[in-house]
Amino acid sequence: MSFKTIKLSLPLSPEEILDLHYKDKVLLSGTLYTARDQAHKRLCKILQVGEQLPFDLAQTAIFYCGPSPAAAGKICGGIGPTTSSRMDPFTPTLLHAGLKVMIGKGDRAPATVDAIRAANAIYLIAIGGISAVLSRCIVSCETFLWPELGAEAVYKMQLKDFPCYVGI
Amino acid sequence: MHLLSSLKIQQAVYRAISEITFNCDPQVHQALSKAMANEHDEIAKDVLNTILTNHSLSPADKIPLCQDTGTTVVFAELGTDLHITDGSLYEAINNAVRQAQQDCPLRASIVNEALFARHNTLDNTPAIIHTEFTAGHALRLVIAQKGGGAENMSFLQMMSPAASSDDIVSYICDGVLAAGSRPCPPLILGIGIGSNFEGVALLAKKAIFEELGRANPDPRYAELEARIKAELNARGCGVQGLGGNNTVLAVHILQAPCHIASLPVAVNLECHAHRHCEVWL
Repeated sequence: MSFKTIKLSLPLSPEEILDLHYKDKVLLSGTLYTARDQAHKRLCKILQVGEQLPFDLAQTAIFYCGPSPAAAGKICGGIGPTTSSRMDPFTPTLLHAGLKVMIGKGDRAPATVDAIRAANAIYLIAIGGISAVLSRCIVSCETFLWPELGAEAVYKMQLKDFPCYVGI
Repeated sequence: MHLLSSLKIQQAVYRAISEITFNCDPQVHQALSKAMANEHDEIAKDVLNTILTNHSLSPADKIPLCQDTGTTVVFAELGTDLHITDGSLYEAINNAVRQAQQDCPLRASIVNEALFARHNTLDNTPAIIHTEFTAGHALRLVIAQKGGGAENMSFLQMMSPAASSDDIVSYICDGVLAAGSRPCPPLILGIGIGSNFEGVALLAKKAIFEELGRANPDPRYAELEARIKAELNARGCGVQGLGGNNTVLAVHILQAPCHIASLPVAVNLECHAHRHCEVWL
């Protein structure tokens, strides 16, 4: 294999982030939160009025994901990334509030790339269309905020060796 | 006059959706295996290998191939000698979508309006249904789940009638490469050339569901398909935008007559999950 595979657990230390390079493969474990467009709007609104988020952005990751519902007896349904660039307008606010790790799909706007680099944060690319593979890497999944948003709610997930690649 | 009960249609559509949610089209699996065999890039190979693994885990674990279980799109060809009893075709399809959303379960991904309220309909209805009339007494349905990522990257241009095939190749390739990894390559490209504004978009959508990798029966368009595929695979976006030589699996063109002032071109992108099937009733 001509690429590096690194096992990491959230939260990532500044040194761990610094050691990652474009296209390294990461097997990620630990606890993160999902957020898509609607959840980003709400998270940023909370921060803009000067209130605290109900979780510490610096200690976790945000995964741009709207899972499909879990069938009876399953931990979760289908898991996979959505297009990250839709979250670009919100990303600087979350970086400013301490966010260090984002997981999604696709390129980011040049200004977002700069903001991610300036914050010493990292953007990981997850693969789209491999929901069954990724759902096997989910140890637990619960609705954490705004259940009325359905797939767009914030889910708290525990990951074990979740495959992704360094994008930025 | 032949009779067909709407319940039969509903059951057939329900079975079709349940099937394509979890079971990859064998032709797509084969095309991706072939892509893996000719792939130069190690990371792209790693990703292709994971996609192929997903094809076996999805039916085994009963987890959808992709969490974006999409918009249900149906092309219906209704024989003029066929009469649907006990309800309408549209009701039958939407009932099936509703039932499949509950049972599979599928992600509720449809909102009631695009701009203001954006309230989730919670049952994935309405499906998008295109109907044509044909001779005879059969009903042919092409049923697909179309994910949002690839649909969002699709594009259309009313080109100048003086445009050359080179201009069209550049327009298409630049557009697909600008989409990068967002539509989840390797892609299937449905291309419409001709008709008018709405007609060309429909041609592009229909083209996606042609037999995978078939060459256009007109050698001039077959050559154009081959050129677009070769150029895109040489220009380095690759599997999930991570590089390599497999950005597209197949390119299908459908063409139609058009106005003397027009040369409409539409490109509808389809992700590698390519969930679709055909049902005859």
